[in-house]
Amino acid sequence: MTDVAGTTDVAGTTDVAGTTDGAGKLPAPEGRPSIGDLIRATEIDLRLFGMVLALVVIWVGLGWANPVILQPVNFLTFSVQAASTAVLATGMVLVIVSRNIDLSVGSVVGLIGMGYAVFMADIVPTTIGLSNPVGWIIALALGVLFGALIGAFQGFLIAYAEIPSFVVTLGGLLGFRGLIWQFSGGTTVAPNLPTFNLLGGGPEGSLGGIWAWLLGALLSAAAVLLLINARRTRRKYGFPLRPMWAEAAIAAVSVGTILAGVFVSNSYHWPPGLATQYAVAHGITEPPGGLQIEAGIPIPLLIVIAVTIAMTFLTTRRRFGRNVFAYGGNPVAAELAGINTRWVVMRTFILMGILCAISAAIASARLNGGTLDLGQGYELYVIAAAVIGGTSFAGGIGTIPGAILGALVMQSLQYGLGFLGFNSPQVNMVAAVVLVAVVGIDQWNRRRSR
Amino acid sequence: MTDGAANPATSATARTAGTTPLVEMRKINVAFGGVHAVRNVSLDLHAGEVVGLVGGNGAGKSTLTKVLSGAQRSDSGQILINGTAVDIGNPRDAKAQGIECIYQTLALADNLDAPANLFLGRELTTRIGNLDDDQMEDATRKVMGRLNPNFKRFTTPVVSLSGGQRQAVAIARAVYFNAKILIMDEPTAALGPAETAQVRNLVRQLKEDGIGILLISHDIHDVYDLADRVSVMYHGEIVDTVNKHDVSTDDILGMIILGKKPGEVTAKDREELELRA
Ligand SMILES: Nc1ncnc2c1ncn2[C@@H]1O[C@H](COP(=O)(O)OP(=O)(O)OP(=O)(O)O)[C@@H](O)[C@H]1O
Ligand SMILES: [Mg+2]
Repeated sequence: MTDVAGTTDVAGTTDVAGTTDGAGKLPAPEGRPSIGDLIRATEIDLRLFGMVLALVVIWVGLGWANPVILQPVNFLTFSVQAASTAVLATGMVLVIVSRNIDLSVGSVVGLIGMGYAVFMADIVPTTIGLSNPVGWIIALALGVLFGALIGAFQGFLIAYAEIPSFVVTLGGLLGFRGLIWQFSGGTTVAPNLPTFNLLGGGPEGSLGGIWAWLLGALLSAAAVLLLINARRTRRKYGFPLRPMWAEAAIAAVSVGTILAGVFVSNSYHWPPGLATQYAVAHGITEPPGGLQIEAGIPIPLLIVIAVTIAMTFLTTRRRFGRNVFAYGGNPVAAELAGINTRWVVMRTFILMGILCAISAAIASARLNGGTLDLGQGYELYVIAAAVIGGTSFAGGIGTIPGAILGALVMQSLQYGLGFLGFNSPQVNMVAAVVLVAVVGIDQWNRRRSR
Repeated sequence: MTDGAANPATSATARTAGTTPLVEMRKINVAFGGVHAVRNVSLDLHAGEVVGLVGGNGAGKSTLTKVLSGAQRSDSGQILINGTAVDIGNPRDAKAQGIECIYQTLALADNLDAPANLFLGRELTTRIGNLDDDQMEDATRKVMGRLNPNFKRFTTPVVSLSGGQRQAVAIARAVYFNAKILIMDEPTAALGPAETAQVRNLVRQLKEDGIGILLISHDIHDVYDLADRVSVMYHGEIVDTVNKHDVSTDDILGMIILGKKPGEVTAKDREELELRA
């Protein structure tokens, strides 16, 4: 590396820039900095850091108990399962931050999932036709519209009619589940369009090989650009800057995580049977040892990544998100500041409805249809994920990445313990202890730091 | 105005009778259930004038100003801005009229930092509508630099700031947006001597810029020092509005405690006052 002139040059410039930034702005810490100081300099949320550690501990523990679980294929199955609750958890953060609750998400997911199935199994064949390539897009668009309408309806009752959200969405939990029965005639409805089912992942519903690497490169470049841009504007205004090594560490960790994710997802190959089918269908002669097709990143995981980015952007970079947090922190102050607080609250529920439609697409695509119990119990996992992720019922506090990590923790326990042979009542007991313990530790931490 | 005609001797409105007031509040009434918090109150405020609003606890000062800032609906009465009747139904309406208010409770979102609070509901955005936090922080640094030069914690949630720092943020928010009418409800209650002096200077400067200021304070000397006229409230009603030069601080104190104009105070009242003092 060092003999490449280019690399040395780049390193040299970086060093110079680093010293200039540091000069006169951040006094050099006295003596040897502790690990805590080093982490603080990166301005990383310690809570998130702790959750990542917890996830690592969980998976190391699972791997120690049964190494088979660490095979890439299991990671992928797990991430697909976690996708539908993770998507919902991002919306639940905003709902809880604005001092509300949404108990209806599971039933809304079930209702929209059934809606997709009824549309595709009963309506599409006689209208636009099964071979229509945009059939799945129309289904998804209708689902999103339907979700937004449900959210608007509940949100209106909460924000304008001032009925407590607990009551409105408890009604939603019961009522929409009942509606699923009415709607479907009390049976499972199937099948979905095959193109729609790609949203549920599986070998075909994945972004594999070179495409996964391209996406990884794109995301890495975006992460680095964002960091550079943030630093540049802070410098423009003369604000205090993070030390250069911290910036570099953040960039390295982000890029490393992204590329490691791509590597893991690409190291899973299609099962031999499917690969043979594919070879036959495309007239490819299979090489000895079978055709090796990299599975890549499942589409549900791509959806989670896209939703995470979009929701983080919405909460931290847009006026709507700022207003949600202002309202959660002090509803009276938000009102006095001239914020249309009712409309803000109503929009959090519209958003939740849209996310229910996305979650329902993933869940029903995996099942190839709509079932009566689709989404049942989701509300509890989603609320638990948001709360484990640091969302406070007192309002005004919560993050999207935290909720995603919370969903991963919940699902890791769920999936991992199930894999190890625990039955679901046992898994639930463990999840319960983790939920209460995490929130308890958090509370203790906050009291201490005050 | 009718008040003025009734008491020509102490009338303060006579001084500016020729010009249209910036704000006229006419016969405002607010009741909370059985509590008549504001009763038939009329008050006016001219550009470049500071009117002090004083009275005991629960006299109705905050409620009256909330009617003007859109935080409280009145049951009856009228508000005129520059001679035109306006309907102020919510804080947005008030802000649209150039009315800013520093609330006694400060009305800060504790979970957000100083820049986010300063621009609450009026966030600066980039061309494509993204929050421009850097520009907001920059503006906050500038305006806070005038109020509280030692303040450095621009990225901490305001919940962990001191009472005075929080008050400075609330003041900064009210003065940043070029208000024409500024309501200050106990703006210096939590401030240290140096910071109080800064706020006094600020008030004088804003007055010079032609802003009408309604100043509520329990510190009679503060009011006496800054105000041109003083309105005294007692049990929801205005006792009188006086020109500062026509009365002493003791007269004002008497009005606050007894609810009577200086001329109406009897010897017995005076005894009582002395007992309390
Ligand atoms: N939201 C409310 N609901 C019911 N009563 C209220 C409300 N706000 C004020 N009041 C009552 O109205 C009266 C006037 O209150 P206000 O806050 O205007 O007094 P104030 O003059 O500002 O007093 P202080 O000097 O203590 O701030 C009080 O009796 C109070 O209890
Ligand atoms: Mg008050």
